[in-house]
Amino acid sequence: MRLRLEPRTATARWLVFATPLLAAALTLMCGIVLFAALGYDPGRALASFFVKPIDSVYGLTELALKATPLLLCALGLAVGYRGNVWNIGAEGQLVVGAIAAGGLALAFHGEEPIWLLPAMVVAGAAGGAAWAAIPAFLRVRFHANEILTSLMLTYVALHLLGFLVHGPWQNPQGYNFPQSREFGDAAILPLLMEGTRLHVGSLLALLAVPAAWLLLDKSYLGFQIRVAGLAPGAAAYAGFPTGRIVWAGFIAGGAMAGLAGMFEAAGPIGKLQPVISPGYGFAAIIVAFLGRLNAFGILLASLLVALLYLGGETAQIDLKLPPAVTGVFQGLLLFFLLGSDFLARYRLRVVRRGSAPASIGV
Amino acid sequence: MPAEAPSPPLIELRGIVKAYPGCLANDHIDLSVAAGEIHALLGENGAGKSTLVKIMAGVVAPDAGEIRWRGEPVSIDGPAAARRLGIGMVFQHFTLFESLTVTENAALGAGMRGRDRKALAVRISELAARYGLAVDPNRHVHGLAVGERQRVEILRCLLEEPKLIVLDEPTSVLTPQETASLFATLRLLAQEGRGILFISHKLDEVRALCRRATVLRGGKRVAECDPRNESAASIARMMVGADVAPARRSAPKALGGEVLRLLALDLAPDDPHGTALRKVELAVRAGEIVGIAGVAGNGQSELLAAITGERLAPDAAVRIAGVPAGQRSPAHRRKLGLAVIPEERLGRGAVAEMSLAENVLLTAAGQGLVKGGLVQGGAVAAYARRVIERFGVVARGADAEADSLSGGNLQKFILGREMLQRPKLLVAAHPTWGVDVGAAAAIHRALIELRDAGTAILIISEDLDELLAISDRIAAISRGRLTPLVAAEAAGRERIGEWMSGTFPSGSEAHAA
Repeated sequence: MRLRLEPRTATARWLVFATPLLAAALTLMCGIVLFAALGYDPGRALASFFVKPIDSVYGLTELALKATPLLLCALGLAVGYRGNVWNIGAEGQLVVGAIAAGGLALAFHGEEPIWLLPAMVVAGAAGGAAWAAIPAFLRVRFHANEILTSLMLTYVALHLLGFLVHGPWQNPQGYNFPQSREFGDAAILPLLMEGTRLHVGSLLALLAVPAAWLLLDKSYLGFQIRVAGLAPGAAAYAGFPTGRIVWAGFIAGGAMAGLAGMFEAAGPIGKLQPVISPGYGFAAIIVAFLGRLNAFGILLASLLVALLYLGGETAQIDLKLPPAVTGVFQGLLLFFLLGSDFLARYRLRVVRRGSAPASIGV
Repeated sequence: MPAEAPSPPLIELRGIVKAYPGCLANDHIDLSVAAGEIHALLGENGAGKSTLVKIMAGVVAPDAGEIRWRGEPVSIDGPAAARRLGIGMVFQHFTLFESLTVTENAALGAGMRGRDRKALAVRISELAARYGLAVDPNRHVHGLAVGERQRVEILRCLLEEPKLIVLDEPTSVLTPQETASLFATLRLLAQEGRGILFISHKLDEVRALCRRATVLRGGKRVAECDPRNESAASIARMMVGADVAPARRSAPKALGGEVLRLLALDLAPDDPHGTALRKVELAVRAGEIVGIAGVAGNGQSELLAAITGERLAPDAAVRIAGVPAGQRSPAHRRKLGLAVIPEERLGRGAVAEMSLAENVLLTAAGQGLVKGGLVQGGAVAAYARRVIERFGVVARGADAEADSLSGGNLQKFILGREMLQRPKLLVAAHPTWGVDVGAAAAIHRALIELRDAGTAILIISEDLDELLAISDRIAAISRGRLTPLVAAEAAGRERIGEWMSGTFPSGSEAHAA
């Protein structure tokens, strides 16, 4: 007896919607068992994960704020992933975007021209795109594996930022803290709502969703990218420019990640410091796949993952839950979501050897 | 059941049923092969031949039915059990490791006995001599021609001393001469009392070799016959269930100018086991079909890539519609009027997971289906529906996924997609490979219709019968060299067969050097 995976001949439409619900139910069940076994009140734990973070307007704006960089990075990554371009380095591209935009803000410190903020947006996107261009060039020109190159460049970017804020860009009046000066007012993103941290970047990220949908699902370029991902042989036969598809994937991913970095630096942080992102660029990989590489799916997935981030923090503060436990719980949800999604497309069959033949008489 | 023969047949299948999700591959199939018999198993693609063979090989377990081996009920629980009974398989696709020698390949399948390489090599040489399967046991497989590789497969199978040998489409890659020598070997094996199950779709071969044939259609056994008493047409009728009108070659109407011209085309292979093209000269004129015969792996894929633009060549070496195009991209060449039907349908000619409408976009985007960078969904679906209607593609509709179609229907779709673009030059590789008889005839008729409309057509195929049936002029490719073209009526199977095996017409040696 053994198990075999078979693709389902037709994925029922209701399954597509039922699987996330099934995953949520399984996560809740496991969560209850997990929290109860560790001696926490499961009800309170779950409430602090899923309800407490968003039971106020301020909570909702924090959710949107958290989801913004995830959404931006994941939308950009999806362009590449649909075409089998595996950019793992969004985190580094985000950091370089923050450096590029932050450098501009620091260079014009005290001058405050009105074009500064738009220029920083462009610089952020360009910085991220430039960082992503390195693995793109290496793959197209030398067939270097982009998973390795883009991932390793992330650490280069992190150290570059560390060097800058410890050295040349360090705030001279900052008591030797590794930070840049605070950005001037002209270099800070306007808030959408007074009393919160929600800024216009979130609005721009939301506008990027239909744009990404148009590119991915409705444009000829998006079609070419999908063909390159599904059947490279067919792309070669049709004469699609495979090099340009790699470039498009990396530039889109890098520019969006760079934009996310700019929004963080010029938004809630307001300066450059050694840590710009708690791993948004890596979490965005999960967000992209959780959203099935679809723009609107990614929007939902980014909100969910942002909620998990916030919920984990709330549970740590409220219930003194150790970070390891909140990490396990977050992992459980993602595991069930991706697993049930997989089983919606494949069925598991038990194959018994030797019992089938003989006459069964039909 | 007819009266039992004095000795039971070697293998007897009774009422074999095997269902896959959405299809009944074998529906109560009976089949028996006696010792000393060469039995043909006939049927179109999808008739259930492969499933039945896999059941005998122990790869697939039947849902119901009985297997008797020499009269005893048995269950074949896996490939090892099949081997123990004495069932040997020679598969259609080669299962040899290129980088190993003949002996090493044989040792892999021979288990413990494979450890003594010297003894094994001696044994291979003995078998080779006895059955006329000339092969050097110490050569590496990548250096062997296709015919030799098949001999290695058969030898590897014979090492197991099988009582029953199953050959799946063994002649599809052989020249006529190689086929004749394979048949001599098979007759010798049958005389020794072994049973042979011969799967083929080449009806003339079946009539020459077999005395009994089982015909499958749609998973059911529809007939058992003596092929010698049948005509190729009557067997085809049993396989298809309807009369098949073969495409008739008619004289080309009006020849136009040269649409494709290859001039001293040299091309290095892009993988180490590929074949280099050497000084290939070829001209195809508007309104004619030119066929290129040859055994697979003799440079066909390189030739195709050089014409389609997937491989670049010196600009002047490839002229399409009079324009030097050796350095042009596939997209550029399509604008010059090139259309291509590649060898692999899924993964190259079409994307398996995409709908037929989306697959239209693969090559027909230039037909007004993309505006301002956006795909015009309505126009795309309409184009797909036109292809489906015009070319009789059996499909659920324009939104059916490409891999839900049978091979023949998908090929009709790909052909239709290319034809509706009114190409000046159509290049087709193995256009009817793995396609059932009915679809093959439809494809041939469509190609001739396109030719009569003034398109230059180049067909690269391993199926010599197909080429002789529809080409106006024909050449053979061998080890990367192309013979001059001759008129198809004057070609003759034997002569083309010699060319395919590398014996070139005198005089052409000189320009190839």
